[in-house]
Amino acid sequence: MADKKKVEISSRRRFFTNIAHNVGLGAMGTLLLAGYAQKAKSSPLTLRPPAALGEADFIKTCIKCGLCAEACVNRPQNRDKEGNQKKGTLKMAKANDSVTIGTPFFTPRDVPCFMCDDIPCVPVCPSGALDINKVTNPKTKKLDFKMMDMGVAVVDVHSCIAFWGLQCDACYRACPLLDEAIKLQYNRNSRTGKHAFLEPVINPDVCTGCGLCEKACVTEKPAIFVLPREVAQGKPGDHYVRGWDKKDQQRVKDRKASDIKTEDERSSKTPVDYLNKGLEY
Amino acid sequence: MGINRRDFLKSSAAVAAASAVGISVPESAKAAANEAEQGWRWDKAPCRFCGTGCGIMLATKGGKIVAVKGDPAAPVNRGLNCIKGYFNAKIMYGADRLTQPLLRMNEKGEFDKKGKFKPVSWKRAFDEMEKHIRKALKEKGPEGVAVFGSGQYTIMEGYAAQKMVKGGFRGNAIDPNARHCMASAVVGFYQTFGIDEPSGCYDDIELTDTIVAWGSNMAEMHPILWSRVTDRKLSDPDRVKVINIQTYTHRSCDLSDFNIIFRPNTDLALWNYIAREIVTRDKKGGGKEDIIDWDFVKKHIVFTVGPVNIGYGMRRAGEKSLTPVNPDGSAGKYSAKEMKIINKEMEKKVGKLEAPALAPYGYKEGDTMKNTAGTLAHWMISFEEYKKSLEPFTLDYVASIAKGDPDESIESFKKKLKMLADLYIEKDRKVVSFWTMGMNQHTRGTWVNTLSYNVHFMLNKQAKPGSGAFSLTGQPSACGTAREVGTFCHRLPADLMVKNPKHRAKTEKKWMIPEGTINPVGKQHIVAIHRGLEDGLVKFAWVNVCNAFQDTANANHWIKAAREMDNFIVTSDGYPGISAMVSDLVLPSAMIYEKWGGYGNAERRTQLWKQQVVPVGQAMSDTWQWVELSKRFTVKDLWGEYAPSGPRKKPLPSVIEAAKKMGYKEDTTMYEILFANKEAKKYTIDDPLLKGFDDSDSLGDNRKIIGSDGKEWKGYGFFIHKYLFEEYAWFGRGHGHDLAPFDVYHKVRGLKWPVVDGKETAWRFNVKYDPYAAKANPGGDFAFYGPLAKKLFSGTLTKPDKKAGKTPIPNKAKIFARPYMDPPEMPDKEYDTWLCTGRVLEHWHSGTMTMRVPELFRAVPEALCYMHPKDAQKHGVKRGELVWVESRRGKVKARVETRGRNRPPRGLVFVPWFDEKVFINKVTLDATCPMSKQTDYKKCAVKITKA
Repeated sequence: MADKKKVEISSRRRFFTNIAHNVGLGAMGTLLLAGYAQKAKSSPLTLRPPAALGEADFIKTCIKCGLCAEACVNRPQNRDKEGNQKKGTLKMAKANDSVTIGTPFFTPRDVPCFMCDDIPCVPVCPSGALDINKVTNPKTKKLDFKMMDMGVAVVDVHSCIAFWGLQCDACYRACPLLDEAIKLQYNRNSRTGKHAFLEPVINPDVCTGCGLCEKACVTEKPAIFVLPREVAQGKPGDHYVRGWDKKDQQRVKDRKASDIKTEDERSSKTPVDYLNKGLEY
Repeated sequence: MGINRRDFLKSSAAVAAASAVGISVPESAKAAANEAEQGWRWDKAPCRFCGTGCGIMLATKGGKIVAVKGDPAAPVNRGLNCIKGYFNAKIMYGADRLTQPLLRMNEKGEFDKKGKFKPVSWKRAFDEMEKHIRKALKEKGPEGVAVFGSGQYTIMEGYAAQKMVKGGFRGNAIDPNARHCMASAVVGFYQTFGIDEPSGCYDDIELTDTIVAWGSNMAEMHPILWSRVTDRKLSDPDRVKVINIQTYTHRSCDLSDFNIIFRPNTDLALWNYIAREIVTRDKKGGGKEDIIDWDFVKKHIVFTVGPVNIGYGMRRAGEKSLTPVNPDGSAGKYSAKEMKIINKEMEKKVGKLEAPALAPYGYKEGDTMKNTAGTLAHWMISFEEYKKSLEPFTLDYVASIAKGDPDESIESFKKKLKMLADLYIEKDRKVVSFWTMGMNQHTRGTWVNTLSYNVHFMLNKQAKPGSGAFSLTGQPSACGTAREVGTFCHRLPADLMVKNPKHRAKTEKKWMIPEGTINPVGKQHIVAIHRGLEDGLVKFAWVNVCNAFQDTANANHWIKAAREMDNFIVTSDGYPGISAMVSDLVLPSAMIYEKWGGYGNAERRTQLWKQQVVPVGQAMSDTWQWVELSKRFTVKDLWGEYAPSGPRKKPLPSVIEAAKKMGYKEDTTMYEILFANKEAKKYTIDDPLLKGFDDSDSLGDNRKIIGSDGKEWKGYGFFIHKYLFEEYAWFGRGHGHDLAPFDVYHKVRGLKWPVVDGKETAWRFNVKYDPYAAKANPGGDFAFYGPLAKKLFSGTLTKPDKKAGKTPIPNKAKIFARPYMDPPEMPDKEYDTWLCTGRVLEHWHSGTMTMRVPELFRAVPEALCYMHPKDAQKHGVKRGELVWVESRRGKVKARVETRGRNRPPRGLVFVPWFDEKVFINKVTLDATCPMSKQTDYKKCAVKITKA
């Protein structure tokens, strides 16, 4: 029963979203352009709300209406026991924030994203800068918090006290996808001969970048922190598949025959040119 | 290659590192490093927090603790810590430390129970205490003066408090919060071994093949031990098995080979199932295999049983606050709803689930069981009788009542039970059973503790390296102070008991007080003290090193009694908490490293430390507070006759004349008798240990505070901590509790008692390792030499045959027949959910210290209500929203978490108790194990509604 109701709400929201989207592109176009004109560029470390388009598209699409931040701060969970509203996760950038003015972002050490089941910030977006499809499960057609993607957590293993052998795992316990997004890697501590290291290791495929780990980290400056995925992650080549991992082929599934070429300084010359250059002797 | 002279160079370690890799260090930088090193004094101490007993090193500089490190020489933790230990350096420096005495006063400056707190001098504080204690003694005798003690008392504090209460005031109303924590383990030890505390030690972790954790979450509550368990598992992942058994899935379950989620209270049935498997598979039990080590059992074990109709430790009919009984079902200060549960204390109907287990004891479903108040009585039975008690615990029956996760199939559950029994039984497999609060905070806590030893004994897997049932302690000195010093209402040091006339006489002689001074009735345990306040029996109560008004179940009643009745409540603490808030007088206490101290951990390891820094403000140690109070009372004030009061039905005769014969005068103070006597003064302040260290109590300190007499405090002039420790240690030496000399503990990283000929004891009762066992059974293998209850009647499961008289059973341990029984409150239609409470790694107890460490507060700022997602859906709440958790006794608002570290099955919620803003003890039930008087915080019935 409860499930059904949720679907209805979701589809209704999407309906309104679509209307708003069209309105946004038309009537609010002026505002959009005005925002552009400022050209205040966001720091590459800016964390955007869940389901945000890629930074360049996001900046083009976001109309700075603040509805996402409003939905975030107004969600019923965001009240203390006396009923007072707490600070929301999403903030609208001001002049000193190193973020394009008027666009939504969040700072996990201050207020992380709580990964609400109903993701209230996304369906309210009128412009599509927050793309509801990015957090809608294609099978169930329902919002799925596990599909959120704000960034990815990174551990500085030199300042993380778990890597010293201390028993911390505060980040692990704080993770809303506990034992999925952060796993503990167990290693023996040969110095003591009888203790184990319980080291937090991020699974970037699962981590959404909510930052609850960064908030919980007990070191003075967090040893685990969220970065935008493009900043945080490297990329192995598509030409190699891990033979021991059946799923790894998925990673390179889009590889096309037309991709297969290697061009470098040497290959700028044809073989004939190369050979005809001859050798000095 | 040069090197920048940066701040980090101040650390000598950096210089050492630089030298090691051949980097040249400028002379100026070297000099700076030396200077830095000289300014830092490193000294050892145990961690402030849990019962694990990790060793740390503290650096002091400029009168403050500036840094802490794990002590690499400490055998428990080898230099590591958990995140509470990581913050030891910060816990004393919260900006809102209590720095001066605070008294509730009216505008005229008089004490007023309805007044606001205002600062007063130490002298005024002691004046008020003295006045209210005199009033309480006059009205109610020594039973009217109560102390909420602690498993976090230093050994010296606990001993000083105990000596003043029992030797001075002649009361026994002193009981530690350890009652809430360890009492069932203690009674389990007494009943089984005749002596308190575990046979094994932490080394069992490295030596065992199997770790079974019952009702504990070691990963969060004993993190350093858990890292040892993890290492053992990694060392041989196929051979070493880890099993967690509890009522919900938690952090420790990550490492398990399998987990068993059981219905609350049915751990009783699980243990009996394993025992039944052992017996029925054995040839003598009708099976085909040699399972039971009959040679061991015949030599060392007797089978025993006690009554089952012992109630649930709740209030009993006729108690003042339960009268009058009204037609609507309410009684005195208790509502009709509350009485619905409390009435089961007097009699109950035998329920459907428990009926099969109770059949061997003569009960069937629907019978009325008339309960007597809890008793420790037990008698011997034959093996056949014991076997009869196990017969109901078939796999089918146990699985049917014990499966705790409605979403698990019965086949899966049964398979796990069988795997569990197989692991225990497997020949040559070493097994350690650990447990913590799940088995102790239990209305049949004593029973379930003893049931664990049954299994280990029959298999001869107890008191051996790598094998044994081992009770993990929660508090840093629940063993060292509460139990070994004996700050319980019924105990004296080193397992002596107040009800035993010989034990009293021995104590009186050592304390140089007249024979007959010590009160023989020790029944005012911690819950009884709260109830005594509500009944008007207790008129003065002093909270020491605990948070008695936050940590006790059914808190609304006790807070109301404290605030609205004619009494005087004092709280000594480092920080203001709930207990201070409901008090009339608040005293600023020196915290952990601001005083000399000693703790004893769960493996019998005693660790001492020196005062590292001078306390903040006017704070002074609890030892000092007790000793200063003793100056206010004389022989005449305290040692006259007292009429019967409370649990004491006979008068307490005057010992003033006897005191005079000992050379005391009527106006000799308790200070002179108990603390500044000729023995004490032998411990002089020119002791080399005091060189270079503060002792604010013995020597005074640079603050020159104004003391309890209105004059500058200059110290006692003798080494009071060494005196208190050595006098206390005398009780155990030569009696299986031997402690090393005070000075030795300042050289070593703790020693596991008994320390005989300078050597610690790793495994007790085992002739190979324990000199006391070797003495009791020369040439043998084991001797369970504890002296308590070693003469028993014999009989059947239902009654003893007293005609035949008692049989002595020296050096024997006991296996107890004890059934499954329902707890007094179970979910029903209205209150349809189990509530379980507990802790989280980040916070210690009621949070007064750790909630003030910003990093720990940020990590876990509030207590959450952990709930199954389907239950949240059922109650119409989303994760992160607030709910009311409501019982028959009270309600609190808490935020729902459905994806967190604790994942309860449907029908159960878990709420930690550290957060005073989620005051969950307003909801819990004050039912206790009727034998140990330990409260069951792990189960009561609640309803959940959206807030």
